[in-house]
Amino acid sequence: MKKNLSRFLNLLVLLAAMALVGCGARAPKEETIKIGAIVELTGDMPAVGASSRNAAELAVGALNHAGGIVIAGKRYRVELVTEDNAAKPDQSAAAANKLITQDEVIAIIGPNASLGAIPAAEIAEANRTLLITPWSTNPKTTLDTASGKPKHYVFRACFTDPFEGRVLAGFITGKLGARRAAVLYDVASEAPKSQAELFRQTFERLGGNVVAFETYTTGDRDFSAQLTKIQSAKPDVVFLPAYYNDVGLIAQQARRQGIDGILIGSDAWSSPELVKLAQGAVEGAYFANHYSTDIATPVAREFIAAYQQKYGKIPDDVAALTYDSMGLLFQALKTASAPERQAVRDAMAAISGYPGVTGDIRFTPGSGDPVKSVVMMQVKGGQFAWVTNAAP
Amino acid sequence: MTSASVYWLQQILNALQLGSIYALIALGYSLVYGILTMINFAHGDVFMVGGFLCFLAATLLGLPFVPTLLLTMTATAGLGVIIERMAYKPLRNAPRVSAIITALGVGLFLENLTLAFYPYPQHVPPLLLNVTWRLGGLALSSLQLIVISLSLTLMLVLDYVVRRTMVGLAMRAISWDKTYVPLMGVPVNLIISITFAIGAGLAGAAGTMYSLAYPVIDPYMGIMVGWKAFIAAVVGGIGTIRGAMIGAYILGGVEIIVVALLPSTYRDLVVFSLLLALIVIRPHGILGAPRAQKV
Repeated sequence: MKKNLSRFLNLLVLLAAMALVGCGARAPKEETIKIGAIVELTGDMPAVGASSRNAAELAVGALNHAGGIVIAGKRYRVELVTEDNAAKPDQSAAAANKLITQDEVIAIIGPNASLGAIPAAEIAEANRTLLITPWSTNPKTTLDTASGKPKHYVFRACFTDPFEGRVLAGFITGKLGARRAAVLYDVASEAPKSQAELFRQTFERLGGNVVAFETYTTGDRDFSAQLTKIQSAKPDVVFLPAYYNDVGLIAQQARRQGIDGILIGSDAWSSPELVKLAQGAVEGAYFANHYSTDIATPVAREFIAAYQQKYGKIPDDVAALTYDSMGLLFQALKTASAPERQAVRDAMAAISGYPGVTGDIRFTPGSGDPVKSVVMMQVKGGQFAWVTNAAP
Repeated sequence: MTSASVYWLQQILNALQLGSIYALIALGYSLVYGILTMINFAHGDVFMVGGFLCFLAATLLGLPFVPTLLLTMTATAGLGVIIERMAYKPLRNAPRVSAIITALGVGLFLENLTLAFYPYPQHVPPLLLNVTWRLGGLALSSLQLIVISLSLTLMLVLDYVVRRTMVGLAMRAISWDKTYVPLMGVPVNLIISITFAIGAGLAGAAGTMYSLAYPVIDPYMGIMVGWKAFIAAVVGGIGTIRGAMIGAYILGGVEIIVVALLPSTYRDLVVFSLLLALIVIRPHGILGAPRAQKV
């Protein structure tokens, strides 16, 4: 009897406590609109995720400081919800799902690497939510895999691999006058794979000869066998469309194997961590990039100064593209007819000329890919130096 | 030298380097299995910690190669003993599954502890003289030669210890029979700790050389290498020292040959299929012998 009574009292207390929980949260709140960000904070390329997150937070902070954003006549504060995808495809899809269904974000920025952007884009498209990837260059991100037609809800702020491959092949045959190229790429990662294939097609069309086409898998450390094969094929240049963490190992082992040819990189090289990890092995190498501090426009200079002041380092291309992605999103929000996902998406597609840090960004109707120039860079004295621009 | 023979000589050197590192780690698995019939699944992560300790010694303490190597080997040996005392000793009479789970847990603990300190991949400063000599068409890297010769030296030392010293005799005795050997006055716990120390110390040496040969380290680098070294030890005959070494060089050789002949995508597939086939043909490994179960 006593036991039952004490149990009943416990239950009453518990119920009372639960009822009171709701009371504290009733403070008046200003209207907030949420933007999701999926970035690679852990995993193979944490420098990429950190840059992206920093730039996103800088953009949101500046916007909120200036009073927030006005959508359809109403003022909102922007809240950034950041998710880590650990540079993995499955976690990217999970993060996208969470942001769309649980956090109810109005749009998503990221992921950066194509291996994560492609699955996240599928989820966004299926849920009719706008997703803009700052850095993913693989064409599959904005294409519907079944029909091959462009997706409606996915945009990017950068150029795509076919264009990058054309520019690199043209640069190598033209400016460097090289005719024999070897390629070593990660067969398990989307961006390097498509860049390698497209490079081979374009290089051969321009009269070059791909003398070695070798692969490795994500996470490999020893490339000695592949590099020995490449060395025996005697190439003029070696194309390495790898992320900065792999380039360090490959470049050093290549030099150790006696490979003297010029190294050529893709836009995945652009992290400031590259030289720290690769040291002298990448000296003199050329790579494609999205922007350069050497040719900064006034808009770019303002961003670079603000970023440097807040984070103490010079922003890389991931940061610049993320900043532009946020800018594009804010522009879309401002011109949207309502704070709804469909309206924001339509407004994004209608952007005809956004002056970004990485150049003028405009979307052609029916495509989520903007028309952008490739910036060719060289590693000189351990720093990135601008060489030339290539417009489409 | 013809260019074909140069090419294959180069690949042989690649295989020897890779095999040497696998061998140092595989020895740890074999030693522990021999003495405790337990697979130390945390061993690959001890190797990884060795790599990070080398990095710390080189960057924080600014030590050159030999002191770094000695310091790392000593520290990982100590780590091995600590792990054994804290995680494995209490479970010596527990079901085998408990020991395996604990080992996996220790491995995860080491990975995440390192991850907490170093979420970014780190670059290891070059401590080894890295000169590339050209002989004909052959590119001889001093780093490769150092790794191979140092590993072989350590293995010879281990072989000597096991076959010619009292400690080695005690280790072999305990792996033969654990019930009656203590009755002969052998300090079993001490010998087990020494075994772990040796195994971990070798993994530390492997970690040092690995991080100098492939100077970008991250907390998960021990996983794949650890698994491959374990498989090498099994293929060679788990519990035997010679077996671990042979298995490791076979593994390294097959990996390199596969990449030399086929597109590199097939490497792990072919390597593991071959090893699977080897196990089916000789279930106890190449040098392993079926052990009679005493009733």
